[in-house]
Amino acid sequence: MAYDKFNVLTSRVVPLPAENVDTDQIIPARFLKATEREGFGDNLFRDWRYDSQGQPKKDFILNDPTYEGRILVAGKNFGSGSSREHAAWAIYDYGFRCVVSSFFADIFKNNALNVGILPVTVTPEFLEEIFESVEKDPATTLKVDLEMQTITLQETERSESFDINPYKKDNMQNGFDDIDYLLHLKEKIVKFEKSR
Amino acid sequence: MEKKTLFDKIWEAHVVKSVEKGPDVLFIDKHFIHEVTSPVAFLNLEKRGNTVLFPNRTIATPDHNVPTEGQDKTIKDKLSRMQVERLRENCKKYDIELHDLGTEHHGIVHVIGPELGVTQPGMTIVCGDSHTSTHGAFGAIAFGIGTSEVEMVFASQCIMQSKPKKMRITIDGELGEGVTSKDIILYVISKISASGGTGYFLEYAGSAITSLSMEARMTICNMSIEMGARGGLIAPDETTYKYLKGKKYSPAGKEWNDAVAYWQTLKTDEGAGFDVEHHFDAGDIEPMITYGTNPGMGIKIKDNIPAGADLLGSNKKSYQQALDYMGFQAGEPIKGKKVDYVFVGSCTNGRIEDIRAVAQYVKGKQKAENITAWIVPGSKEVEKLAHEEGLVDILEAAGFELRQPGCSACLAMNDDKIPAGKYAVSTSNRNFEGRQGPGARTLLASPLTVAAVAITGVITDPRELPVVDYAGV
Repeated sequence: MAYDKFNVLTSRVVPLPAENVDTDQIIPARFLKATEREGFGDNLFRDWRYDSQGQPKKDFILNDPTYEGRILVAGKNFGSGSSREHAAWAIYDYGFRCVVSSFFADIFKNNALNVGILPVTVTPEFLEEIFESVEKDPATTLKVDLEMQTITLQETERSESFDINPYKKDNMQNGFDDIDYLLHLKEKIVKFEKSR
Repeated sequence: MEKKTLFDKIWEAHVVKSVEKGPDVLFIDKHFIHEVTSPVAFLNLEKRGNTVLFPNRTIATPDHNVPTEGQDKTIKDKLSRMQVERLRENCKKYDIELHDLGTEHHGIVHVIGPELGVTQPGMTIVCGDSHTSTHGAFGAIAFGIGTSEVEMVFASQCIMQSKPKKMRITIDGELGEGVTSKDIILYVISKISASGGTGYFLEYAGSAITSLSMEARMTICNMSIEMGARGGLIAPDETTYKYLKGKKYSPAGKEWNDAVAYWQTLKTDEGAGFDVEHHFDAGDIEPMITYGTNPGMGIKIKDNIPAGADLLGSNKKSYQQALDYMGFQAGEPIKGKKVDYVFVGSCTNGRIEDIRAVAQYVKGKQKAENITAWIVPGSKEVEKLAHEEGLVDILEAAGFELRQPGCSACLAMNDDKIPAGKYAVSTSNRNFEGRQGPGARTLLASPLTVAAVAITGVITDPRELPVVDYAGV
């Protein structure tokens, strides 16, 4: 089993309104040199989070104790660029289980689902409302209900439904990944390969 | 008969099973691996007691983190060395073909696949690298995957994918002198934006595409991901067959004829439906350069950096952040800006044609004093040809520094880093913050533009300098 089951997550949020956050920002290439999947959270958003001397940059959101939570809320086109799954590992390892945005890059979205992070796509208006709400009150809380496929801003009770592929949803709820599924098709796959 | 696109035909031929209301189980013909995104996949494979189901369908090469000098010596950087050694161990253990450092076919994974003839029309090809889209130039469905998916391909030779939507980008007309395939793709991305292709698989068509060489087509397909598309393909034709004939893994004899007969069926039926279509006129395309921190932020070299009103789907704050990072002002010309480094290489433009173009352009000239010029061949094969054709002598005489094959300064995982605050005009594919080193400022452009910049030391339209001949670019 690859990750913890996901059902309902109620949490405060960490807002990152920047758009087009690419995976080179989430985890720069020079931190991809591990041969095991450990400790990537330490370098999450490395060059936005730390200066060249390794000192935390005060104005970056992860260094601001005002904000905390297991939900990262980001501007549109989150996770573009490189296919590095290390980006998803870093987000998970840091402690996030859910990323909310109005638009996700494809490969990142797949990688996130494969490692147990739920990517939730909301309308641009709702995203704006979340950012405004957190700006006013850093204790703003979101409730993400995977079974119901709803995301709710607790303060205003405004709620939106979100899409997820039923197969992926089932995987997230049970903590399964695709390998479990693929392995039971092995015989069929071997036959398919022979026919090629 | 139902009209199908090229993409539909290849996809459908590879579906082992469709999960109800879920993704398709897609069979993968060829799997490329490298040292950075494979070790955790191997580790998990072993942890779960699985093995590599079809080792002969995977090919490995170390490219991302390798040094570009002294490749015959032990890698100095401990972590890089460990990743490369782990790749060697895993390939040995699972009987996977490895093209190791210094060997005949070593190089960037997306350069050696086509060179070896491993990449062929009609295939499904994946790799833990988003520029796998390069192989689409041969009429293959090729796209990047994450490490979990690398593990899936090891264990089952399949991955689970929902079929993307389809977009066709048609470019008709003739390219002007000094305008290259890199300019085409930078132009298209600047029109469609860095996220405009998300959720789609692209097909490139039109006379400006079919008249391109395989190398130039690869440059185009390579950057499909920079629009957010998983991949992009081009229907195979005579140019494709000619490139593949006689390659190490290309079919031969009767098999060749059978293969070509099949490849000839690989085209989009007339009247087949696309979800989105874009049309561009090749005559509108001119030498391009990026000014911001994503590949969608590109302009013609002769144009000014856009002011707020001209923005393509980006908010003001993010736009300003990009300009601040680059040290540019909205509304000012990009031409004439001082540059510190030029980089020729990467899976986008590290092939022999690119090196020929640069050599031809700089022949008999000298690089500007303020410029450090790196040229990194995409593979040993490219390096060998560059020597044989006398290109290396020309480039070295012009003040370029030739390095050994690898991804190098494209993503700066090795020592080839652009220092903080410095400007690099690069033939690579990404201008993200810090991509070429922490604080480095990258401007993406064609090999010709890079050559022109190397000579003048400032951002220059390559058509403004006298050159002998643009042929073969």
